[in-house]
Amino acid sequence: MVASLSRKTSAAPPAGELLFSGNDWDFHTIRRIHDACEAVAGPELGLSWYPNQIEIITAEQMLDAYASIGMPLFYKHWSFGKHFAQQEASYRRGLMGLAYEIVINSDPCISYVMEENTATMQTLVIAHAAFGHNHFFKNNYLFKQWTDAEGILDYLDFAKGYIARCEERYGHQAVEQVLDAAHALMSQGVHRYPRKKRPDLASEQRREREREQHGEQIYNDLWRTLPAKAGAAKGDPALERRKALLELPQENILYFLEKVAPRLRPWQREILRIVRLVAQYFYPQRQTKVMNEGCATYCHYRIMNALSQKGQLSEAAYLEFLTSHTNVIRQPNFDDRSFGGHNPYALGFAMMQDIARIVEQPTQEDRDWFPDIAGTGDAMGVLRDCWENYRDESFIAQFLSPKLMRDMRLFHVVDDPDEPEMRVEAIHDERGYRKMRRSFARQYDVAWLDPDIEVVDVDLEGDRRLILHHKALNRITLQKDDARRVLQHLADLWGYDAVLKEIDPASGAVLVEHTASARPIFF
Amino acid sequence: MHIVDRRLNPGGKSLPNRQRFLRRVKDVAQRAVRESAREKDIKDLGKDGRITVPGDGVREPRFSRQPGTGHQDYILPGNKTYVEGDRIERPPGGGGGGGGAGEGGDGSENSEDAFHFVLTREEFLDLFLEDLELPDLAKRRLAIVETEGLRRAGYTVSGSPANLALSRTLRNSMSRRIALKRPKLEEMTALEAEIARARETGDPGLPDLLQKLEALRERSKRIPYVDPIDLRFRRFEPYPKPIAQAVMFCLMDVSGSMTEHMKDLAKRFYILLHIFLTRRYKHVEIVFIRHTDRATEVDEETFFGSRETGGTLVSSALVEMKRIVAERYSPDDWNIYAAQASDGDNVSSDGPTSTELLRAHILPACQHFAYLEVGDENGPRAGFVEHRTTLWRTYEALAKAGEPLAMRKVNHRRDIYPVFRELFGRKDTKAEA
Repeated sequence: MVASLSRKTSAAPPAGELLFSGNDWDFHTIRRIHDACEAVAGPELGLSWYPNQIEIITAEQMLDAYASIGMPLFYKHWSFGKHFAQQEASYRRGLMGLAYEIVINSDPCISYVMEENTATMQTLVIAHAAFGHNHFFKNNYLFKQWTDAEGILDYLDFAKGYIARCEERYGHQAVEQVLDAAHALMSQGVHRYPRKKRPDLASEQRREREREQHGEQIYNDLWRTLPAKAGAAKGDPALERRKALLELPQENILYFLEKVAPRLRPWQREILRIVRLVAQYFYPQRQTKVMNEGCATYCHYRIMNALSQKGQLSEAAYLEFLTSHTNVIRQPNFDDRSFGGHNPYALGFAMMQDIARIVEQPTQEDRDWFPDIAGTGDAMGVLRDCWENYRDESFIAQFLSPKLMRDMRLFHVVDDPDEPEMRVEAIHDERGYRKMRRSFARQYDVAWLDPDIEVVDVDLEGDRRLILHHKALNRITLQKDDARRVLQHLADLWGYDAVLKEIDPASGAVLVEHTASARPIFF
Repeated sequence: MHIVDRRLNPGGKSLPNRQRFLRRVKDVAQRAVRESAREKDIKDLGKDGRITVPGDGVREPRFSRQPGTGHQDYILPGNKTYVEGDRIERPPGGGGGGGGAGEGGDGSENSEDAFHFVLTREEFLDLFLEDLELPDLAKRRLAIVETEGLRRAGYTVSGSPANLALSRTLRNSMSRRIALKRPKLEEMTALEAEIARARETGDPGLPDLLQKLEALRERSKRIPYVDPIDLRFRRFEPYPKPIAQAVMFCLMDVSGSMTEHMKDLAKRFYILLHIFLTRRYKHVEIVFIRHTDRATEVDEETFFGSRETGGTLVSSALVEMKRIVAERYSPDDWNIYAAQASDGDNVSSDGPTSTELLRAHILPACQHFAYLEVGDENGPRAGFVEHRTTLWRTYEALAKAGEPLAMRKVNHRRDIYPVFRELFGRKDTKAEA
């Protein structure tokens, strides 16, 4: 149901007039708030965004949305029911507060806001989600490259319908088994890099011509007289050919199974594809948690302050905003009982503010570290550029300043199993900054965090065994139990045996080996 | 910008997911539900449907790195005293550096080991009573469980005058009158007035007008206001009406030999039966009959609460039940269930009377008659030849003769539910078990 409010009634109030007073709000208030935020976000911050769609929902609907990873429509699977039961139970017992909003990377950008929010919270949430996140979704390169904001809802609609039809035709259990297996491999179901385009004839010919010309230009008869390198072992041509045909090595296991698994039926492949595309859609979000939240938090902070300065927020509302803002960006220290890792809101917001400081009031240190941006004066320009062109890992590697490291009192601990104690590798001092920043950035590199597992070969002439390698970075092996279960799913989909070798990349030694045989459940 | 109010959208969007989840954990959930029935007071059954299932069946495995193996790096905020090169002892439990960086993996694993969630009362009872069935329902459905009812079913052209559908009939008549151009009353009065005026003025057109009036009269006579073909009657159609009501007779011996423990057992059984019947029938009535050597119908409070002294005469209760059935619960309209609890004592001379009463009157009227013999908590001593009580012997003879009578012995309250399941379990599942 669309609340159709006419444009006339909602002209942005002149500066100095309160947007609302008290906690209550109605649709007119929401529209006024949105327009006031828009007046700041556009001209002052220079943001650009997808058109907004703000949806008011109840607590129960918020729980529903949680259970289907935030999407307004999704296919059905028991695991969502499990999460719903879990979350509902902890919510009912008062262990968990619900989010104030959920925002979806779609065009138009949908923000869910809770009906319980006060008017101030609605302002905060609209500034945060409908402008901050929205700008990030629309402009960040990862989202532009990997997600299709316009089509996602249609695609999910298709996916939901398709899976429902499969359930009708092939039975709940059969579909559930495919989904279980696909979900287990979901984080191995993304392309991390754009794939190579298949070359077409014209460009191939052009390339061949250029190579020939180049060869003629640098022709020197002397080269012919050089003896051939002894023992330049040619690879096994059959293996090369097989690898080329199967596009091996392949780290997108779901993609590999979808295209190559010999015994899957078409609808099973389509389900794998659906799960894979959903995983791909969410992959940028995993890579940009700090930046995304930092961007949204910085935007809501700027917008709320601007509204307050214009006199559109009352003192009480401003204080309420500050309270929840400080709650959101709280970062407990490592020895605090509530410490649970780095808070992406806190880190992101601190970095954005720090960049603004460097751009506007740099110290000598900043000028040494960030000659490109220090003192250029256009903070929003620099920030917009960051939001557009970086992800967490590169952003931290590039912009974490020594001052912020000092402020956060960061230190780096190394836990080497060969040593009796853990060692403090670096602290926030001159010698530690760069080392620490590098390690810190790496902790946000999803490709580094996710285990690096690839399909390397298939024994096509023998028992069709699928061979996978896990490059055990720093000799960190996989959790045995889970690895065994996932491998079982993998073997089921493949239809034959599968073996996963965990290999120490430094020495090439096999640390652990898991095997699984296909169960006859899919065929 | 659009504002959409989703609050009025129907909730329960994730209900299908929940159903799938419940189906997935059905076996464990069912076991947990029955476990809780054994432990808990039956009165509170299903009130707090919190159950725990082992995480195994609902685990969602992913490839993840084992924390605590290999070379790990931690970047932590809030350094106070450390300088480069300091050594820190590993925190106990193999967790990561400093505070709790390594806890993520371990913690989530533990929380997956057991999974808690809450069932609604409906879901709880569904699981609880699954594969139970009312005995002999199928056999009697055709004969007794259904009666005929009448319901409206459109219109018919013939019927009794009492069922005349007036508005429908007049609607038909009006359309017919319009179609056949029956002269309207106003038209004729207007014409009559014109004729009267013409008579006064001596208009030469008078004969014409008279003729016209005559034609109109003729026409309206030939096209009646209501014609038999307009008539419509409300049609009623008989349909089979299931009897959605049941009455449950609780018969109990309250003589001195019945201990509190035995009464408690009996009560639990009755409550289970009541829950079960309320799931199947819209309307369930309960009749409590207690007896010593004479029987009275009492309310629930008295039934379970007060004590009586006196001998034991089972037939008195059966007579009372027969009387009540005859007075209030005709077997044509009611599904009758009876459960009798006793410690088995009976005056031996009463045996033939009871047998005859049951065979001739009670059992034919009942859907199901269950006899529950309650015993001491300590139960029959092992190795002892099983002692058969007077009443048991009486009923056994009946059951052997093929009468629909179910009988079980119960000593401990943990046996109540299994016995109940045995009595009402689906026949095919019972055969497998």
